Amino acid sequence: MSKQINVALIGNPNTGKTSVFNALTGLNQKVGNYPGITVEKKEGICKLPRGVKAHIIDLPGTYSLNASSLDENVVIELLLNKNDKDFPDIAVVVTDVENLKRNLLLFTQIKDLEIPTLLVINMADRMRYKGISLDIDYLEEHLQTKIALISTRKNEGIDNLKHLIANYKEVSVTPCINASDIDKEYFENLQKAFPNQLLYKLWLVITQDVNFGKTDRNEIEAVANFKTKSKADLKRLQQKETIKRYQFINNVLKHGQAIDVSQAKDLRSKLDRILTHKVWGYVIFFVILLTIFQAIYDWSSVPMDFIDNAFASLSEWTKNQLPEGAFTSLLAEGIIPGLGGIVIFIPQIAFLFLFISVLEESGYMSRVVFLMDRVMRRFGLSGKSVVPLISGTACAIPAIMATRNIESWKERLITILVTPFTTCSARLPVYLIIISLIIPEGRFLGLGYQALTLMLLYLIGFATAVLAAKILNNVLKIKSKTFFVVEMPNYKLPMIKNVALTVLEKTKSFVFGAGKIILAISIILWFLASYGPGDDFNNAETIIKTEYASQQLSEEEINQHIASYKLEHSYIGITGRAIEPAIRPLGYDWKIGIAIVSSFAAREVFVGTLATIYSVGNDDEATIKNRMAAEVNPILGGPLFNFASGISLLLFYAFAMQCMSTLAVVKKETNSWKWPTLQLFIMSGFAYIVALIAYQFLK
Amino acid sequence: MQNTLAELKRGERAIIIDVSSIHIPLKLLEMGCLPGNLVELVQLAPFQDPMYLNINGTHLAIRKETAIHILIEKEV
Repeated sequence: MSKQINVALIGNPNTGKTSVFNALTGLNQKVGNYPGITVEKKEGICKLPRGVKAHIIDLPGTYSLNASSLDENVVIELLLNKNDKDFPDIAVVVTDVENLKRNLLLFTQIKDLEIPTLLVINMADRMRYKGISLDIDYLEEHLQTKIALISTRKNEGIDNLKHLIANYKEVSVTPCINASDIDKEYFENLQKAFPNQLLYKLWLVITQDVNFGKTDRNEIEAVANFKTKSKADLKRLQQKETIKRYQFINNVLKHGQAIDVSQAKDLRSKLDRILTHKVWGYVIFFVILLTIFQAIYDWSSVPMDFIDNAFASLSEWTKNQLPEGAFTSLLAEGIIPGLGGIVIFIPQIAFLFLFISVLEESGYMSRVVFLMDRVMRRFGLSGKSVVPLISGTACAIPAIMATRNIESWKERLITILVTPFTTCSARLPVYLIIISLIIPEGRFLGLGYQALTLMLLYLIGFATAVLAAKILNNVLKIKSKTFFVVEMPNYKLPMIKNVALTVLEKTKSFVFGAGKIILAISIILWFLASYGPGDDFNNAETIIKTEYASQQLSEEEINQHIASYKLEHSYIGITGRAIEPAIRPLGYDWKIGIAIVSSFAAREVFVGTLATIYSVGNDDEATIKNRMAAEVNPILGGPLFNFASGISLLLFYAFAMQCMSTLAVVKKETNSWKWPTLQLFIMSGFAYIVALIAYQFLK
Repeated sequence: MQNTLAELKRGERAIIIDVSSIHIPLKLLEMGCLPGNLVELVQLAPFQDPMYLNINGTHLAIRKETAIHILIEKEV
């Protein structure tokens, strides 16, 4: 019988826990969510010696078992619930050799839960640099565990780690210290009240503010009601416990670890002096951002053109190969152009995720947090709001989840509310195609006009977010304790494997997540555009032929007139013209109107929608961009996408709240419908007004 | 001489004497901000806040409003 070994990877943030996870599982991993909450759940399979398999969960990073956030709560919930199907047979605590002392705090807590616990000391390759030497035998004996000294960067020690996991039954379950010493009488009473429970588990339940979801509720509530001490007293006891743990750790490390400071090379302070400098710090940050946007534009233009052409040919090829009929037309005019509208943005989105993951992996992001905190506080935000605002350029959903480590509720709420103003990757498709239509090519100081426009749009997004925060800060009357702690990790060269896996995972979920919506919407749109009610639609051919009978038109021109007449009288045309009065002052026609309406599901649908609408009834092989450029304004003549309407459209997309998934996440994270509803109406209303002013002013 | 951590200057070191447990989050204690530990001010952000500290080998940043609740004794 082959049983899978359940392994839980636990560790402080910045210890390379995810690298260990990647080293063990490679591509055999999947990312999902814990049921009912938006915390990301990473799990994977690792093959161990002798055909045994390990099921590995990469738990969210935490500094201790005292949870202060939803993410950290997941760790405790799993470790306290023996009935959970993922309950670990073995806990693997990942530590960083340079921060062993602090990392061991969590280790000693997990040991107290009497779960077999393995200690991984990562980044062993840094030991020589820092003059660190370890007495592994001594540490194993006094920490009552097995130690795997590894380097994920050099890929060393992984086999030994697998071997230790496979032999998890040999790992000791004896606690390192006796936490109940901090108040003997109290703990004795506690044990008397609940004789069948593990004492440390009881203590954890009593001191947590968080809710326990899956663990047996009645039992937990009974324990939580064991209130013989005030909150302040409990906190004092927790402090005592922490001191006691550090005393133990200090004693063990005094003998088990030696650090020769003269050997240490200090890259950190040199880099910090420049990167957090009061002038250069900001200059470098700005240059990095500028480089990223230029690179996104320049590097991805070639693969994008290729994809665009490939989809146009594929659509044409499908039409020629398959017999004519509704299915062929659905495929060639609905699904393929719709999917092309999303696939084309893979290069850019991949580059964006690449840069963001490099900034985070290298440790630079914490410096930005440090640098920006004072500035951001003026606007009611925290330095930590910078991370959501920057990663919001990829997608607002993970960005809003990333606000969880902001300690103050008011700062966190404001960050959640303004993050959707930052230019997410779903806006990118809309921006790119419109910019390429209305902004000329050409360069200024080596930077393309088009890239500069894009950069400007990103800046507008940030500026609006920050100004909205300032207003919210004055309007919202919320009193909450503010405090701010951020770890400043060591600088690290990002590991290619980690970055590559992140880019792959994020791009995949973007394409499949958006792909499903786009596929559904393009099928609906195709149907609505290909069928219509009444005589106008069904007799289009006769109507047009009679109307143009006097004029000498080629067959092709006649066909085009028929197609556009049909489209205008299809279901979608009727809907579109119904909303046209509302959007005409903004410079849009009804086709753009339809694209905007469907964008409320997700912004990136815009291009796919236009692609589908324009393909229906069109036989020529053309790219989306060419078709958009050829559209004529029905009233004023001239190109529909001109400077005025283009700018108006760009601004509308910059400000409008058009993403159902973001609204859903905001609802989850704020636990109220009030905030997402306000976001939807205020942002979209603002977008309408700005787009209106822009068009009327520029036309 | 006893001061609060907020008064530490760049490059100076001190020993933590007392931590006001009501005002200081547990998380900070767990990161090593405990009586008896050594603290060094590595860097001040522009506008003199937040403070980039090395406490007991852990590098972290906190705001001045938190630092005033930590009592220190400067090294002479």
